[in-house]
Amino acid sequence: MSQAARPDRRKRRILPGFGLSLGFALLYFSLIVLIPLGGLVVKSAGMTWAQFWSTVTAPRVLASYRLSFGASLIGAAINVVFGFVVAWVLVRYRFPLRRFIDALVDLPFALPTAVAGISLTSMYAGNGWIGRFLEPLGIQVAFTPLGVIVALTFIGLPFVVRTVQPVLEDLDAEIEESAASLGANRRQAFVRVILPEVWPALATGFALAFARSLGEYGSIVFIAGNMPMRTEITPLLIVIKLEQYDYAGATALAVVMLAASFILLLLINGLQRWASRRRPVCGD
Amino acid sequence: MTSASISTLPRPPAQRATAEPALVRWLLTAVAIGFLALFLFLPLAAVFGQALERGLGAYVAALRDHDAWAAIRLTLITAAIVVPLNLVFGLAMAWAVAKFEFRGKSVLITLIDLPFAVSPVVSGLIYVLLFGLQGWFGPWLKAHDIQIIFAVPGIVLATLFVTCPLVARELIPLMQAQGTEEEEAAVVLGARGWQTFFRVTLPNIKWGLLYGVILCNARAMGEFGAVSVVSGHIRGLTNTMTLHVEILYNEYNFVGAFAVASLLTLLALLTLGAKSLVEWQTRRRPAESGSAAPDAAAMGPLTPVPLQPVSEKTRNEH
Repeated sequence: MSQAARPDRRKRRILPGFGLSLGFALLYFSLIVLIPLGGLVVKSAGMTWAQFWSTVTAPRVLASYRLSFGASLIGAAINVVFGFVVAWVLVRYRFPLRRFIDALVDLPFALPTAVAGISLTSMYAGNGWIGRFLEPLGIQVAFTPLGVIVALTFIGLPFVVRTVQPVLEDLDAEIEESAASLGANRRQAFVRVILPEVWPALATGFALAFARSLGEYGSIVFIAGNMPMRTEITPLLIVIKLEQYDYAGATALAVVMLAASFILLLLINGLQRWASRRRPVCGD
Repeated sequence: MTSASISTLPRPPAQRATAEPALVRWLLTAVAIGFLALFLFLPLAAVFGQALERGLGAYVAALRDHDAWAAIRLTLITAAIVVPLNLVFGLAMAWAVAKFEFRGKSVLITLIDLPFAVSPVVSGLIYVLLFGLQGWFGPWLKAHDIQIIFAVPGIVLATLFVTCPLVARELIPLMQAQGTEEEEAAVVLGARGWQTFFRVTLPNIKWGLLYGVILCNARAMGEFGAVSVVSGHIRGLTNTMTLHVEILYNEYNFVGAFAVASLLTLLALLTLGAKSLVEWQTRRRPAESGSAAPDAAAMGPLTPVPLQPVSEKTRNEH
């Protein structure tokens, strides 16, 4: 990229369409995304602070935060461990159907959440494919917080795999070889050489899976059973408040969720920058 | 993010010093496949298993149901409106972001992901607050007899919101990797703006574009949370396929629910297949994308991993 040093101003003049494309894109994005989201914040400003606070800290709402945040954390943690193993196996080892399995990892993103929800529920219900083996052991998954964790593990599955995979692919074999030639055994090479390289990607994947899980609705409403104080997630409470025409309450909860997702978005962005700084682009 | 140059690097044969013992390797593979079997393959199989539980006849009968057809029709209409709009938006956004440098670009790239970060329920709610009866435009809309919420326009708007980043974030890394040299050459040789776009840019990005469209379509047809908030669940009128699945399931009509769900699952599988095909195409003909882009397979993964906030060029400048 020897051209890179050229000042940008000249490029802007050479190619046409900057004003048109950016203008249209910004207008469209503002109309569809930014203004409606801004409307939510403005609407919530119509409440007094005391009203807002009592709505977002009601016991039933607090219980929903606990479930939403707790299950999302556990689901994302499960995905960090197993997602790393899956990414490792897909990148390092060769086995039959590897490409097929690799392509299927994206399924939770392509499959409508409602379909995932009814499918997982039917599997883990008492008479389901898996539920019928767990029920005699006294483990109930469907209609308990455990079911929420299962659904969120499914939803978050691709995120860790897809962030870790490119890092493992880019990992220079020479570093591991030199570690080995300097006398490191396989475990030392893993802990001291590979893990520090993969760590930022794991953190990014965790944050992505967590952020996605926090707002997830479709796959959970079926498997959770939606019992107040026990298995209600926060997005479901928003829907319930809407169905009761409690627009102010729904707005307050939505603002809390919006703030959480905005903070997570910034955090993920920071993580991503950190990861790309740690991993300089190799020029070829 | 994914760099094609890596996959073409000759990987040295596994040597003992840098490979795990066979037992560890076997164990890790078993753990990975076991995990995927439990959380991916089984749920996938369960959809078809449940749909065909009472035999093929019941399955076909469930799909020929009148309300199911109405739901399929509404889903197709929604996608037919949403996908072209988001295609134009994606092209405009990618052209601006990938071919030019401007202030606030990295903020814009972060903001593109906003619809993914927001809970689908919130995405539906914001339109209810704007256009619902108690919303800002509610009284005006009622006076003019226009219905948006609990009607098709609301469903389209909510779907637009949820799927609007998809084409853009597919094209941005691709076009960033390709740089601006080819377009500059075309302009210097006297091509007009649209000529440059159709003759130079479009052929370079066609596979990424196709894939973005397929992905956007799949997400538009499969959206549930946002649509569920704005639709009102009026059977035969404002029920999309996913909402129809929900209603049938809650009525314990499992065969019917899973029959419609199986169609959506086939769509998801087709989307995954299309991704593999497009990846294979871009890898097979890297030369076609021009000398400026050895990174032709800069296809983003299907799962929305964040776009790189800084383009390669600006990074090299520092």
